[in-house]
Amino acid sequence: MNFLVFVKQVPDTETKIQIAGDGKSIVEDGVNFIVSPYDEIAIEEALLQKEALGGEITVATMGPNRGEAALRTALAMGCDKAVHLEDDAFEGADSYATAKALAAVVKKLNPDLIFLGKQGVGTDNTQVGQMVAEMAGLGHIGMCVKLEIDGDKIRGEREIEGGRETIEVSLPAVVVAQKGLNEPRYPALRGIMQAKRKPIEKLTVADLGLSADEVGAAGSKTEFARLEMPPAREAGKKLEVEPEVAAKEIVAFLKNEAKAL
Amino acid sequence: MILVFAEQRDGVLKKASKEAVSEGKRLSSKLAVPVAAVLMGKGADQAVDEVKKFGPDKVFVTEGASLDQYSADGFAEATANIAKEQNATVILFPATTMGVDVAPRVAAQLEAGLVSDITGLEVANGKLVATKPVYSGKAVATVNFKSDIQMVTLRSNVFPLEENPSDPEVLKVDASGISPKGVAVSTELKEGGKVELAEAAIVISGGRGMKGPENFPLIEEVATLLGGAVGASRAAVDAGWIDHSYQVGQTGKVVSPTVYIACGISGAIQHIAGMGSSKFIIAINKDEDAPIFSVSSLGIVGDLFKVVPALTEELKKLG
Ligand SMILES: Cc1cc2nc3c(=O)[nH]c(=O)nc-3n(C[C@@H](O)[C@H](O)[C@H](O)COP(=O)(O)OP(=O)(O)OC[C@H]3O[C@@H](n4cnc5c(N)ncnc54)[C@H](O)[C@@H]3O)c2cc1C
Ligand SMILES: Cc1cc2nc3c(=O)[nH]c(=O)nc-3n(C[C@H](O)[C@H](O)[C@H](O)COP(=O)(O)OP(=O)(O)OC[C@H]3O[C@@H](n4cnc5c(N)ncnc54)[C@H](O)[C@@H]3O)c2cc1C
Repeated sequence: MNFLVFVKQVPDTETKIQIAGDGKSIVEDGVNFIVSPYDEIAIEEALLQKEALGGEITVATMGPNRGEAALRTALAMGCDKAVHLEDDAFEGADSYATAKALAAVVKKLNPDLIFLGKQGVGTDNTQVGQMVAEMAGLGHIGMCVKLEIDGDKIRGEREIEGGRETIEVSLPAVVVAQKGLNEPRYPALRGIMQAKRKPIEKLTVADLGLSADEVGAAGSKTEFARLEMPPAREAGKKLEVEPEVAAKEIVAFLKNEAKAL
Repeated sequence: MILVFAEQRDGVLKKASKEAVSEGKRLSSKLAVPVAAVLMGKGADQAVDEVKKFGPDKVFVTEGASLDQYSADGFAEATANIAKEQNATVILFPATTMGVDVAPRVAAQLEAGLVSDITGLEVANGKLVATKPVYSGKAVATVNFKSDIQMVTLRSNVFPLEENPSDPEVLKVDASGISPKGVAVSTELKEGGKVELAEAAIVISGGRGMKGPENFPLIEEVATLLGGAVGASRAAVDAGWIDHSYQVGQTGKVVSPTVYIACGISGAIQHIAGMGSSKFIIAINKDEDAPIFSVSSLGIVGDLFKVVPALTEELKKLG
């Protein structure tokens, strides 16, 4: 079985965010970039399935040069080879333009099973997996928390409000990983050493058979007009009083200010 | 036309769908174009009366067994077909697990821009302008559309629900030509009757300060008395005290209730990412320097094991 995993490199969630001079992006200096947490789950699931069924895992990312670190992490976890979509033309992509490029990778590599994370932490669009599936003409399982491969079919449970739903789809297919699917492993030292020798293939827009106006900012359907600091939440009163008094204060607040009672 | 995907399950219209139709109605007057609701899946017929309360000019109901069971690609194809036929320029979805699963496929089919989980929507020069929190709520992005068709998913509990009854034309749409790829073969709903976390007007969450699973009934009782839902921090989930489906935050659910009550939760940035857009935040924490207090409208410095039971008593007095 051939697996393809898409990973995005994102700022560590602990990072202090500073808005850049253009008012639309963040200052990258000093930012620690990591593999998006949901994408670690996607990688782990590919590893588990490969361990059970055999095959090969390709990991792919679209992004600037620093993205290579994310690929090395995935290789160190156990992926076999990597593809790096690196081209100035990919820059400034929204979800649509991102999916356009990733769907072209799917067409080129023809994998049996494709994994993505539920969301790229930070921008949190929660779109790219489903868009890739649509553009590649494949079925998908969204927000997958349990996966079973059964011959040429897969069955997955997904979280819905107040319960779970089981989706069945024929291969090839796309699985969008949600927390709970597995516990991602840490790369072992041996894996880190081996990762250094694993191949990373660079692909440009032309290599994917796309034109520059289909990807990046030019191919995007939305654009960030502004990025701003949120209005600071004003801390209200802080009370250190007897529990009974505190309880009365909470009820009064719920009634009078929140009008929730 | 403005199209609103109004999620229903077994004839029950989601609260988030009502909010989306309400917002569709408001946009309809701002943009001076009609608004239509789209219902699909088993029970769609039974949801028509409910959706009429929120003022659509038309209601589309799909017909055909192929869409009885949920299918993201099937539902997307049906929605996109209606959008094309009606020349829809705006499509709204609730940011439910269904809306979030279907909308990107519709956007891909229609080559439309899509902004997810938005908390604000304005009209400028006839185009939509959406706002959404990014980077764990550390920044807010204002997003413009470059495409002719503009799509958004609306965060629950943010856009006001507004009854505005209408007498719309109800149109059946034949969906028998659609053959879905990924199909729901079973659905398992637990804890019937409980208020859904993402839709609750009041959420009371417990963190590591709860000390163990045996103490969660303390906040469950308050939730029941308030008609709200229980949530949790990742520390409580990782400790195995409560299921992940209750987790609020960066890697859990994003909630936006009228009131969020945090009990024994320190207020890490990844937790705030999931509840920072709540209208009011009340925190109960024994550490007066806990970061949660800096975002709280009301802070109680104290032992939750004393304050929460006292709160329960006080609420019971209200009857
Ligand atoms: C200068 C600049 C301008 C931008 N302008 C916009 C804008 O106008 N509108 C906008 O929406 N966003 C914009 N972005 C953010 C944009 O790059 C997002 O990263 C992109 O939209 C994908 O969003 P996401 O990760 O939230 O997607 P999600 O849909 O949350 O991602 C789901 C999954 O898709 C996969 N995935 C996503 N991106 C990649 C990738 N690059 N490589 C491999 N796999 C991936 C991962 O598996 C991920 O878990 C801009 C960024 C920059 C730097
Ligand atoms: C990538 C990533 C994603 C994450 N995603 C999430 C997420 O989705 N959701 C999330 O919540 N966290 C998330 N976290 C974890 C987050 O950083 C914190 O570790 C977590 O939120 C802490 O949970 P807590 O506040 O319950 O525990 P703690 O930080 O340990 O706080 C416990 C609090 O309880 C108080 N307390 C103790 N006893 C009492 C008492 N008797 N009465 C009153 N107060 C008491 C203490 O004073 C303390 O403030 C994520 C972290 C990372 C790195």
